[in-house]
Amino acid sequence: MPVPMLLAEGVHKRYGHLEVLKGISLEVEASQVLCLLGPSGSGKSTFLRCINHLEKINSGRLWVDGTLVGYAERNGRLHELPEREVCRRRTQIGMVFQRFNLFPHLTVLENVVTAPVVVKGEARPVVTERARRLLDRVGLSSKVDAYPNQLSGGQQQRVAIARALAMEPKLMLFDEPTSALDPELVGEVLDVMRDLASDGMTMVVVTHEIGFAREVGDTLVFMDGGVVLEEGPPREVIASPRHERTRSFLSKVL
Amino acid sequence: MTVTEVDHDRHRPEEIRAVPVRHPGRWVATAVLLVLLAMLAHSLVTNPNFGWSVVGTYFFAGPVVRGLVLTLELTAAAMVIGVVLGVCLAILRLSPNPILSGSAWCYIWFFRGTPVFVQILFWYNIAALFPHIGLGVPFGPQVLHGNANALVTSIVAAILALGLNEAAYYAEIVRAGILSVDHGQVEAAQSLGMRRIQLMRRVVLPQAMRVIVPPTGNETISMLKTTSLASVAAVTELLYSAQQIYARTYQTIPLLIMASIWYLVLTTVLTVGQYYVERHYARGASYALPPTPFQRLQGMLGSRSARRRVPPGDVPGPLSDPLRRQG
Repeated sequence: MPVPMLLAEGVHKRYGHLEVLKGISLEVEASQVLCLLGPSGSGKSTFLRCINHLEKINSGRLWVDGTLVGYAERNGRLHELPEREVCRRRTQIGMVFQRFNLFPHLTVLENVVTAPVVVKGEARPVVTERARRLLDRVGLSSKVDAYPNQLSGGQQQRVAIARALAMEPKLMLFDEPTSALDPELVGEVLDVMRDLASDGMTMVVVTHEIGFAREVGDTLVFMDGGVVLEEGPPREVIASPRHERTRSFLSKVL
Repeated sequence: MTVTEVDHDRHRPEEIRAVPVRHPGRWVATAVLLVLLAMLAHSLVTNPNFGWSVVGTYFFAGPVVRGLVLTLELTAAAMVIGVVLGVCLAILRLSPNPILSGSAWCYIWFFRGTPVFVQILFWYNIAALFPHIGLGVPFGPQVLHGNANALVTSIVAAILALGLNEAAYYAEIVRAGILSVDHGQVEAAQSLGMRRIQLMRRVVLPQAMRVIVPPTGNETISMLKTTSLASVAAVTELLYSAQQIYARTYQTIPLLIMASIWYLVLTTVLTVGQYYVERHYARGASYALPPTPFQRLQGMLGSRSARRRVPPGDVPGPLSDPLRRQG
């Protein structure tokens, strides 16, 4: 049996007394696309951030490609990983943020090239060549020398995707990648993501784009109040939601 | 409706040439200022007590130039100590460990809370507190030791006092710069697998520089003048060399004027340097960079590319030379 790319078992996350995740269990096979849907405050983004250990979980277990996230288990006890090891594991997980978070002091090309050179110690010419190819793939080969603030939101987000891909990750996390965009720029970013999915990338996408979830997603998960309410093939969940909460949410966003 | 539209197309209304509002108050203020300026100029020229010839005589005199060099050396040494120690203190202050951040806080509290003048006197008289200074095992035997009076000369005392004091202020400047960088930047760097040191060096500090550089120029200029306090520790920097001369010749005013002119010259040079350093760190900033004086001059001379104005909402060039890029 193949190891799932992402496996979550009873993941809990608290901030003080506020419990944001109340036991999330789910599984994503390699080359599958999981779309996370739900009202704001339902814990979708927090869950996504737990996957690459930007947030520490309080209980439960998370595995990426069979490796425990953030900890090592020895003799039945969990040991926190040193920074070096946490960072090494993060290199295998790409993340795209709602607000792009490009590095404003670097050009588009430098944004893409820096991490592979600095973190993985790859040779700059090799990475530069790869970066140009990636930027060409997201349709921005003419913008390599521009600075992020000279680009539109949609272009910035496509650079952010290229930047994450330059690390050659096994898993890509998307945290509401189109929520900060003008409506007419949403399409260009979704196109890139669609292309990526059809290329076999494993993806976890937090989104409000129902159309994208239906068309590209292999699984749709609906979260509310820190739990998974509903899970299944997107067309089924969207066409005939079983929960009243899912139904009322979908009726508002469709 | 259609009629006015056609009208609008055919006869564009004539350019407005309105009579400007008069500002009599401004004219009065200008006149008063001009009179005051004339009085000042008259006094500068006719009052012999200014002693301009004395100013000229001593301007490049040996002791004065040596004092000037020492002033620059003191400024540089104190700023280097201040910047290096200040960056360390700022990072300590942001540490999650309470002992580390607490120590940094106490340091800043102490050195900011006492006058730098007192600190100079303190270091100058350190031998009265610790007659011997040594290096060795804590509470154990000493390996190296020496006489405090010999080790802490007046110049060392001044550099220590000015540098340690500056570090306290600089730490707060650096801390403000680090805090000004959006947390999303740190998360993006982390998600790419950068370690704390890497993301500080590659992502956070380069962006913090935009906030850090202007006050650094300010601090350097301020330091240049504060070094004159070292005269109290008998350091023959610029002011003290002037004082030594007028103690002999009684030409107090001319020599103080001479020192002031030198300070003005040096701060002017630093101001120009600061301007260009700031432009360098404005790369990728969202505001438009003003043209440099040189570019402005080029613009006035009217080369065609330079004359084209940058539209207000347009994206600035990343480095210098926005005009050339736009043209």
